[in-house]
Amino acid sequence: MKARIVHIASNTFREAVRDRVLYNLIAFAVLLSGAAILVGQISIDIEKLVVINLGLTAVSLFGIVIAIFIGIGLVSKEIEKRTLYTVLSRPVRRWEFIVGKFFGLAGTLVVNTFFMAIGVFAALFYVSHKFVRADALILVALYFIVLEFLIVCSLALLFSSFSSPLLSAVFAFSLFVIGSFAEDLRGFAGMAHGFTRWLVTGAAYLVPNLSAFNVISSIAHEQPVAAQLIWHNTLYALFYATMALSGAVLIFEHRNLK
Amino acid sequence: MKRHRKVSLIAGAVVVVSLTGSAVMLHRTDQLRPQATLEEVLYLSSPTVLKRASLGYDGLLADIYWTRAVQYFGVRHHNGARNYNLLFPLLDITTHLDPRLVVAYQFGASFLAPPPPGGAGQPERAIQLMEYGIQNNPDNWKLYYDLGFVYYMNLKDYSKAADAFERGSKVPNAHPFLRLLAAQMAEHAGEFDTARMMWNATYQNSQDKLIRQNAVEHLRALRVEEDVTYLQQAVTHFGGRAGRLPASMAELAAAEGLPGIPVDPDGHPYKLTPQGRVEVRVPDDFPFATKGLPPGFKPQPQFDNQPQ
Repeated sequence: MKARIVHIASNTFREAVRDRVLYNLIAFAVLLSGAAILVGQISIDIEKLVVINLGLTAVSLFGIVIAIFIGIGLVSKEIEKRTLYTVLSRPVRRWEFIVGKFFGLAGTLVVNTFFMAIGVFAALFYVSHKFVRADALILVALYFIVLEFLIVCSLALLFSSFSSPLLSAVFAFSLFVIGSFAEDLRGFAGMAHGFTRWLVTGAAYLVPNLSAFNVISSIAHEQPVAAQLIWHNTLYALFYATMALSGAVLIFEHRNLK
Repeated sequence: MKRHRKVSLIAGAVVVVSLTGSAVMLHRTDQLRPQATLEEVLYLSSPTVLKRASLGYDGLLADIYWTRAVQYFGVRHHNGARNYNLLFPLLDITTHLDPRLVVAYQFGASFLAPPPPGGAGQPERAIQLMEYGIQNNPDNWKLYYDLGFVYYMNLKDYSKAADAFERGSKVPNAHPFLRLLAAQMAEHAGEFDTARMMWNATYQNSQDKLIRQNAVEHLRALRVEEDVTYLQQAVTHFGGRAGRLPASMAELAAAEGLPGIPVDPDGHPYKLTPQGRVEVRVPDDFPFATKGLPPGFKPQPQFDNQPQ
């Protein structure tokens, strides 16, 4: 079982690399080095802030886009190309296929994030000429970004398991946006009454709470992140990704592939 | 193969020509619509809406708005503009997006507070910005110092300046001179001494080359103002005694017991006009001086930066 999941995951990773997904690293490098040089000339005293804010924002957004656009095609593309039938005709269970795809995509994003992180630290060294202890906080922000990717990957896979790529992209992107407003949604729920309150509260807890993962601005100002938040976010991401992935497995298990 | 290469060459040439053509047309269009630049546009003026629209990436958006504010001020200042209508909204958005962006409060206040052409001439807005900065960064003593600086330099409100310095002196790790400044403000001590102390503090507390240079220029201007005030009193004293104006600086120096012909910070002797005015030889070398300049002299606009 484990070997089959690993095999599917490594194939998914290879396919993503073959699809030139990692080419985004070039755009990232150009963006970051360009900003590091340009901002020093057109702004005042924010070179380091821009490198951290822009670097981490780009890591996050590039990753989200990759997670959505690769994730939505993971199942539907296999059905379209009819390669899924070849895979499932072998001793591979449907749930193993979904879980393998998830780990393949997550692995791609982790590798991508790793190279981008090197870029962020290189740009930081270029503008500061040294590293300080507080720069290690960037690793926390990167960890949160990876957790965010796990959630978005699982959601993209969930939608991909029953919908067309276009609709899956719309659903996943909408949930990403709504997830960024999750705290507001819970605030609105607190203001509502009766049945509406229950409805909005339910919706607020159902959508992913992505705002808690965004600590970029605090990190840029060298504000420490509470250990409890790291722990809570880790557990939340694991629970949520598992939930979405289980949903995807559930749907895919009952899907008529004929 | 040959045909394939030919097509590639033609396509490549067409790409270059089209790109050049579009760039030229864009440039021409910009010339037709000189006002249609980003500089004058604030698509969204509500900081709250912008914060929401940033999807949590508000730090980066704040950096972008701060750069816009710097560019807006820089371009208009360079062109000698008298109004800076968008400056405060840009700074307001920047600081609401990232309330910890201390540089935006410090430089923002120095853009807003000084009268034109040095700044926007909006010291009340500068104070509003600084108070918001203090509210969000109560442990940063430099913000209290900057607030006191605006009250002292731009509004001449000594009691409020003293209050700001006093508040700042209570912040942990605050620089000890804040307490001293608070006391000096409270007793309205000598203008020159206080101003000199503040610009010295500015020089010592900043690593920024431009800010340090700016502080040096202000210190040089202060020295000129002090010299001219003293020499002008000497001229008056001479007139009262001799019943006429001194014929030259040498005569004034001899009659008033000065150690020699007084010189400015650059070593140029001060000039005595036939009307009895004491002036510097090269007014352009002292852009921030308010005394010792020829009548009607207007210095080139300089960035009147305040302490960091």
